[in-house]
Amino acid sequence: MADTIHTQSPPATAIASTAVAPRWRKALRENLLFVFLLVLTIIWLLPLFSALLTSLRTQSDISLNGFWSIPSSITLQNFVEAWERGRVSRYLGNSFLITIPALAGTLFLSSLSAFALARFRFRGNTLLYFMFVAGTMLPFQILLLPVFRLSNTLGIYNTHWSLIMIHMAFQMGFCTFVLRNFMRTVPGDILDAARVDGCSEFRIYWQIMLPMSLPSLAALATLEFTWIFNDYLWAIILIQSDSLKPVTAGLATLQGQYTTNWPVLTAGSLIAIIPTVIVFAFLQRYFIQGLTLGSGK
Amino acid sequence: MSAINLIFRRDGQTPGRKRRIQWTPYLFLVVPLAIYFVWIVGPTFYTFYLSLTDWDGISQMRFIGLANYERLFQDRDFHMSFANNVRWLVVFITVPTTIGLGLALIFNTDIRGAQWFKISFYAPLILSFVVIGMIWAWIYEPRNGLINSLLYGIGVERPPGWLADRQLALYAIIAAAVWRQVGYVMILYLAGLKNLDPSLIEAGRVDGATGWTLFRHIIFPLLGPVTVVIVVISIIDSLRAFDLVSVMTRGGPAGASNVLANFMYIEAFNNYKMGYGAAIAVMLFMLSLVIIIPYLYRTIKTEMEY
Repeated sequence: MADTIHTQSPPATAIASTAVAPRWRKALRENLLFVFLLVLTIIWLLPLFSALLTSLRTQSDISLNGFWSIPSSITLQNFVEAWERGRVSRYLGNSFLITIPALAGTLFLSSLSAFALARFRFRGNTLLYFMFVAGTMLPFQILLLPVFRLSNTLGIYNTHWSLIMIHMAFQMGFCTFVLRNFMRTVPGDILDAARVDGCSEFRIYWQIMLPMSLPSLAALATLEFTWIFNDYLWAIILIQSDSLKPVTAGLATLQGQYTTNWPVLTAGSLIAIIPTVIVFAFLQRYFIQGLTLGSGK
Repeated sequence: MSAINLIFRRDGQTPGRKRRIQWTPYLFLVVPLAIYFVWIVGPTFYTFYLSLTDWDGISQMRFIGLANYERLFQDRDFHMSFANNVRWLVVFITVPTTIGLGLALIFNTDIRGAQWFKISFYAPLILSFVVIGMIWAWIYEPRNGLINSLLYGIGVERPPGWLADRQLALYAIIAAAVWRQVGYVMILYLAGLKNLDPSLIEAGRVDGATGWTLFRHIIFPLLGPVTVVIVVISIIDSLRAFDLVSVMTRGGPAGASNVLANFMYIEAFNNYKMGYGAAIAVMLFMLSLVIIIPYLYRTIKTEMEY
């Protein structure tokens, strides 16, 4: 309502300022700002452009003429090299095999704990909630050695399971925090009514609460996908075999293998970002929502 | 103190009427909590124990009390890494915050093409640090990289070695981290600006506040809670800084760009000094407690106002 009123009758000060500053000056200022932003954006994206340009050239061309030279030829060979000999195809597959189960697991488990924390009053409720919140702020280093040891003891070291378990456990903190706060906004009356109708608590969770939480779950899923997919530290701690590495650790291996072959390295990097770019392109709204969700409180 | 009592208090508006124990919440919690305790809570405490031992990961663990810490406080590498973390932190809570806020203020108006500009600024957020590190390492490449080949081209005879330069390496890495962080800060401030009460800003305008005065005395104070969150996130992120350092320099040259997280990783997993590594991890944990405790305290207080 307030907005429509403003557009119909601009406040007195706005009228005064347009009277003082002629229209063309306002237009000029806007155009200058636009050009400034355009230049800034191009500089900002320069690293990405430079990666793309480099990946399409040959190594000899680059090392002979430097980055700022007209490419002597354009080639896709670097992508083929990274994909096949650099085994990026394999690494990328591993990333999915790790990310998808971890993501599904963490969302499911967090929705269970969030439901319990949001719906029931019991001793230790707030304590558990703060434990989850505090967990999201831990530096990973405090967990590295024990989790490394635990994975060895359980016999899952150097398997995808070791990564799935730590991601699932660690991300539970943030997801529980977000979901619990969302579930608290669902009016208890609806749930109590279902209860009176003889609905079990599990059915209330599964058939009422979960469907209502879908927007939050979607936002979390988008955000968590990129977080888990982009993890590097846990991958180098818990995976040793080259054939099991996710793409982040794989790229680091590629770096050791192709030390100064920047065209292949940048080609590999560009392939590696395709999944997160796709997720972002289609689910941008949820991604942004997810980022702001966590900070809302 | 009162906050501690509040945590242990039975949660909720109606203080315990029914004394009968409700089992349902525990049924929902049992699996998530079991996993969380085994993978997160337990390990956190176990690291404290490990920090009191001498252990190479294979042979028998030996209890040595506080010896690791005594050594740590005299270790030059520890001092350097710590100082670098502080530098990282200082840059991180100032530079991305300022640029991000500036961009958010611009994009909050209905400027042409805002949508596309915004996407360009938060695009780096979806890239992994490994990819960012690799791309930036190429930019900094001393001979043919984007920066130096440009510098050679315009006639600079001895351009800096960037990642190979003791003075510059750390800041070159931080620049890459800032590049990623700006979009994040911008998103948070944009959300904050959207939630501002327009009538307050209007009231300021009516009182004659414009431009800088309006921002300084009305908009910025109203964004206070967002700024707090951003500062907390920035501090946590600077203590977590690892991937970029590991990919771009491994802490070199000669430890000039080392940070605590990378120092810990190298001591524990490359030099097999696991007890010593644990002690570094504990120090990192202590540093983050400085943030976690006040933040939790604030959350508890708002939680209790429900």
